[in-house]
Amino acid sequence: MSQLSSADTETTEPAEDIAVAVDETREAVLAEFTERLGTGVVGSHIRVGDDLWIRVERAQWVAAAESAKAMGFVFFDFLSAIDWLPSPFGRDMDAQEDRIVAGTPAKDPEPMVQGYAGGDTRFQLLARVYSISAGLGINLKCDLPDDDLTAATWYTIYAGANWHEREAREMFGITFDGHPNMINLYLPADFVGHPLRKDFPLLARRVRPWPGIVDVEPMPGVEDEEGEGE
Amino acid sequence: MTTISDPESVAALAAEAVDNRVNLDFETEGMTLNMGPQHPATHGTLRIIARLDGEQVISAEPMCGYMHRGYEKLTEVRTYPQINALINRIDWLGSFANEVPFILAAEKLMGVEAPPRAQWIRTILFEMSRIANISLFLGDFGLQLGGMTAGFYAFRDREWVLNQIESATGGRFHPNFDRIGGLKDDLPKGWIEQSHTAMDKLLAFCDEMEDLLVGNEIFQARTRGIGVIPADIALSYGLSGANLRASGFDWGLRRDNCPPGLVYDKAEWKVWTHPDGDCFARTWVRLQETREAAKIVKQLLDTIPSGPVMAKVPRIIKVPEGEAYVATENPLGEMGYYVVSKGDLVPFRVKIRSASFNNISVVPWVARGAYVPDLISILGSLYFILGDIDR
Repeated sequence: MSQLSSADTETTEPAEDIAVAVDETREAVLAEFTERLGTGVVGSHIRVGDDLWIRVERAQWVAAAESAKAMGFVFFDFLSAIDWLPSPFGRDMDAQEDRIVAGTPAKDPEPMVQGYAGGDTRFQLLARVYSISAGLGINLKCDLPDDDLTAATWYTIYAGANWHEREAREMFGITFDGHPNMINLYLPADFVGHPLRKDFPLLARRVRPWPGIVDVEPMPGVEDEEGEGE
Repeated sequence: MTTISDPESVAALAAEAVDNRVNLDFETEGMTLNMGPQHPATHGTLRIIARLDGEQVISAEPMCGYMHRGYEKLTEVRTYPQINALINRIDWLGSFANEVPFILAAEKLMGVEAPPRAQWIRTILFEMSRIANISLFLGDFGLQLGGMTAGFYAFRDREWVLNQIESATGGRFHPNFDRIGGLKDDLPKGWIEQSHTAMDKLLAFCDEMEDLLVGNEIFQARTRGIGVIPADIALSYGLSGANLRASGFDWGLRRDNCPPGLVYDKAEWKVWTHPDGDCFARTWVRLQETREAAKIVKQLLDTIPSGPVMAKVPRIIKVPEGEAYVATENPLGEMGYYVVSKGDLVPFRVKIRSASFNNISVVPWVARGAYVPDLISILGSLYFILGDIDR
């Protein structure tokens, strides 16, 4: 919102002028990234003055890392995944006890909506790299089809991806081709299931009521309505 | 591209050779040394499986997960204020610092900003938890290298900070004091003067440590030139904080990319670097950081603005839909939370980027070729908190 110097100039559509703020540095990064990857970039999102999201094709996942590193994004932040499936156990995490004892009706599951930069699949890879010289980061996303949860490893480009990919494999069941040591990092070797998937039940929550829902009561001296309005 | 993977595969081959007792230079017999999960040098339950050729480490592989508590899963079934209590336990020596990036991420999504007084107190408490964390590191690292005295001094003087944190927040280790939109409470009476006294004690402690530990000849012999990490390796592994600055890389999130909500720009201070990248450099940078943190606190104490400590936020917090990543410079390095919200009481997904996880993943690289006693120096100087690795 820094271009407010020419307040006196006549504008035909002032409302749009204010609404469309442009983040030139991030637009430039996105343009260069798109130039390097061509059609590999399938989605993007910029929050002005804050952050940048780029979604790439799975075949271009390694090329995306190479381009990012070549563009000066040398600092590896993290690599993980997101399971966009709405939780089959209710959106407010109703425990089974709530349903049975309190008679809470089950809510309809939400539609699956992917976040920034869009998406078509349930599982998405999410990685963040950072350019120290430019002082900005890129959040990279990549769709993974349900029937083939694999991606190429980033290990050869960002060595730190080694452990992050091991974690993503055990937590989401995504395997990484070319990874040298694809074994469990946290979980025991014989653990069954992938805990961070949305359809993996958290057993403690299934048998105990949701803590905190019941004890929302006004603070002493605070009117009941206060704070609710906004 | 192959510069990193090649030596690692060489190491794997060498380890295989050790197993097959095909000896390398000397006619030494290979063996596997298991450190941990309960070992004083791992301060927690990290287990390291080191393959040795004589006294030399061929490969060292950390085994994590003995303390994995599944925070990323638990955050999906807890409200934002409840998560705040949970994430205190990630890095338990600098607990308040864990809360801040998460609260800032939630504030960013909600479009809320804490009032100036809350921002000041937040920064002060943030730096106090840094001092509490790193002063223990200085003592503990001395202990690991056989210098018992440093440990006693560190425990003695850390009390000054912990007492201040306790009197302001009510908790010595897990304050749970930060709130979306501000802080739980204002400061108690007389706290500012007491904090000045405490910071003076801590500055004296830093001088003491500089003579006692860092200036010690034995300490230097055990750390100089040991476990050298070049800057490009540090970057590609995602090392952050003092570990990166000790490799000569001048970068601090507090100065270079400070998220709104913390007021580091209101104080005069310096980001210290060291060109060597060895165990000594990492310790030295941390010592200077403790000193700078005390200076920041002292300056901010004098300039706290008046006003409320809490912005107007709804009592039941629902965070609007969106995604945000906020990272701050925590005592151990860059700690960030990637929060995905769907507009509910609970976040949809929280990815916790903890500093120790990346910092310790460099161990297989840096321990290769080191001697067994140096492994202790390397692990100690990389400085990890188990809860911060395992989450």
